[in-house]
Amino acid sequence: MGEILNISLIWSAVRLSTPLVLAALGGMFAERAGVINIALEGMMLAGAFTAAAVTYTTGSPWIGLTAGVAAGLAIAWVHAVASIRYRADQVVTGTAINILMIGVPGFLSGALFLSSGSTPQIPKEHLVPWTPIVMAFAAVPISWYVLYRTPFGLRLRAVGENPEAADAAGIRVAAVRYIGVLLSGAFAALGGAYLSIGQSSLFTRNMTSGRGFIALAALIFGKWRPVQTMFACLFFGFTEAITIRMQGVVKLPSGEDIPVQFIQMVPYLLTIVVLAGFIGHSRPPRALGRPYQKER
Amino acid sequence: MIELRNISKRFGAVQANDHVSIKVEPGTIHAIVGENGAGKSTAMRIAYGFYTADAGEILIDGQVRRIGSPQDAIALGIGMVHQHFMLVDTMTVADNIVLGAEPGSPLSLDLQEADIRIRALSAEFRLSVDPHARIEDLSVGQQQRVELLKALYRKARLLILDEPTAVLTPQEVEEFFGILRGMRKQGKTIVIITHKLAEVLALSDDVTVMRDGKVVGRVETKETSAAELARLMVGRDVLLHVHKPEAKPGAQVLGVRNLSVKTAAGAKPVDNVTFEVRAGEIVGVAGVEGNGQTELVEALAGLVDPLRVSGDVDLEGQSLSGMNPRRRRERGIAHIPEDRHRRGLLLEFALTENAILGVHYRRPITMLPGDAVLDDGEIRRRTVDIIKRFDVRPPNPDLPARALSGGNQQKLVIGREFELNPKLLLVSQPTRGVDIGAIEFIHDKLVKLRDGGCAVLLVSAELEEVMSLSDRLLILHKGRIAGEVNPQVATAAEVGLLMTRGH
Repeated sequence: MGEILNISLIWSAVRLSTPLVLAALGGMFAERAGVINIALEGMMLAGAFTAAAVTYTTGSPWIGLTAGVAAGLAIAWVHAVASIRYRADQVVTGTAINILMIGVPGFLSGALFLSSGSTPQIPKEHLVPWTPIVMAFAAVPISWYVLYRTPFGLRLRAVGENPEAADAAGIRVAAVRYIGVLLSGAFAALGGAYLSIGQSSLFTRNMTSGRGFIALAALIFGKWRPVQTMFACLFFGFTEAITIRMQGVVKLPSGEDIPVQFIQMVPYLLTIVVLAGFIGHSRPPRALGRPYQKER
Repeated sequence: MIELRNISKRFGAVQANDHVSIKVEPGTIHAIVGENGAGKSTAMRIAYGFYTADAGEILIDGQVRRIGSPQDAIALGIGMVHQHFMLVDTMTVADNIVLGAEPGSPLSLDLQEADIRIRALSAEFRLSVDPHARIEDLSVGQQQRVELLKALYRKARLLILDEPTAVLTPQEVEEFFGILRGMRKQGKTIVIITHKLAEVLALSDDVTVMRDGKVVGRVETKETSAAELARLMVGRDVLLHVHKPEAKPGAQVLGVRNLSVKTAAGAKPVDNVTFEVRAGEIVGVAGVEGNGQTELVEALAGLVDPLRVSGDVDLEGQSLSGMNPRRRRERGIAHIPEDRHRRGLLLEFALTENAILGVHYRRPITMLPGDAVLDDGEIRRRTVDIIKRFDVRPPNPDLPARALSGGNQQKLVIGREFELNPKLLLVSQPTRGVDIGAIEFIHDKLVKLRDGGCAVLLVSAELEEVMSLSDRLLILHKGRIAGEVNPQVATAAEVGLLMTRGH
């Protein structure tokens, strides 16, 4: 067991939880405003692909990160317009975005790089292995401050709890919700970008592999609060780190290796267990998923 | 202060406001009365910028102003307290009051400044409330004070109050009126929307009466009477008091012994309640809403999971425990639920379908062996009969229930339940959201049913209703019976005290 539990395990947990922290904080801004963001996965993919493609093309990870965030904003804008302005079912819209984002990067990489599914390898010196980690963990206290210590945060929370009351208090409900959803796109895309130009060095097809959904689970687990959500993300990052190390190390009593696929299932199983155990105790914003329409 | 001139507003086929003109003098309390659907709330929601008028103009201090949103209204010094409070339950009093008008900079919310200003306003207008308390922990009366503070914090000079007393106990109403009079003294102008004529006469300076979207009268309070206002509201003379002969109670019909209802969370909304209802009497249940009335009636109707109910309930000596609603209905229990939209009707279904709910499975509604098919002719005959006897308008059995006004929906539900010839009628909030004219009708029907020998258990949040209709009155407080009074001799104040203090 000593091979598995050591300092470098904690460090790898931090790295693995970074995209989760970013996506979950993003989800928090949308959902605290009352808009379900099941599209975190798709927004991460958009960020991951765009960041990798632009970084490869320009040679600058900063331009890549910026472009990734812009892609996330664009996707978020679609989600916002559909669910706020046209009052579409937020789960359906989000799912559509997720499905779309499985296909679009492959299509674009085929057109741009003549390879279906992935972008070319980015040279090591053009990667940003540290900055997104710092940004993610700095964003936690900043998000806390914004949510609980600024007028904007108060309005965001009010809009997610009781949009009628917010409207009566003179708050522009739709505008606040737009900001919430756009912030979620920016954060989630940043998390995705870290996957492609931080942790690895290229975009591969569906490289988020469900991290957007795990971030969503962490958000619920963390009761839609920034600090608790961060710890939930660290928990999921930690289990992922352990499972990576367990592969080929932990053996069945018969001496055979446990099939890798089984070990890889662990984070997802934990997600289900944790959600099943906590979902009743964690109260979502009261207006979550409910479009707001003024009577006219 | 504010003047509405020829305001018109249409919602689909309904002309909610038709050339409505209302003038409110500064420093007065102005009552707007009218039945449900008369357009009072619509007019005031236009003044607050929630709706935009199709035509007409609004003048503030003599100048024409455009009010396109609540922000505009707030900027012009208008505040509104809605019938359903516009508060965020999970936040504190201070958060709710400053929301949208936060002190401090955009980068930092100054909660201390908020605290100081809220305390100053509390003191000035005698609206004591703890700024740090959470809304969900406050009583309804306290929440109302938060709403008033919210408006005052935004420097409202004109306060529009939509049915403010509907949720208050008699004592709270008195206190509330004191607060409003104090505000008038300090120069505020108040518009109060209500349908309670006694309150209009006790509080207001002027009255505007609305009916069917139009203003039908404007009078000075000291020169009018309840009878005149009621006549203006309804368009004909109305009996404001229930006329009922002496009750002649017979044998016990409903026996309730040590009945308790537990929630999944472990609370006990009904706690060890014992009482009886005899044939030919109306037993009323008074209490502040949320003191177990809903759970009590639903337990008797069989709508609560039997595992959560303990104690004995019997009908004519036979135990009902464990029986589902259908079997209870077959034994002779009818139920007029408090929320007709939730428990009473299928709004999208036609009147014919709604008229047979609960008897849809048996003769004479069904035909062929096995009750396999609905007998359309019989259903229609029954529906037309209910429509006729209970004056349901419009008298078209094929309309969806949604197309009817609240009062007519209620009459359909009442008619359906009366068709069962019940031995026991459970009736909750029989006149909620019902017009004065229909109230009179419903009250009369309930008394007639009683005189026919039915046992009636009546729950109502309207103290006046429950006191004038009941032959005996139980007061429920925190799920327990806090007392029984004779409503003929008890005063509203006595009952109000039992409702709030419980002894």
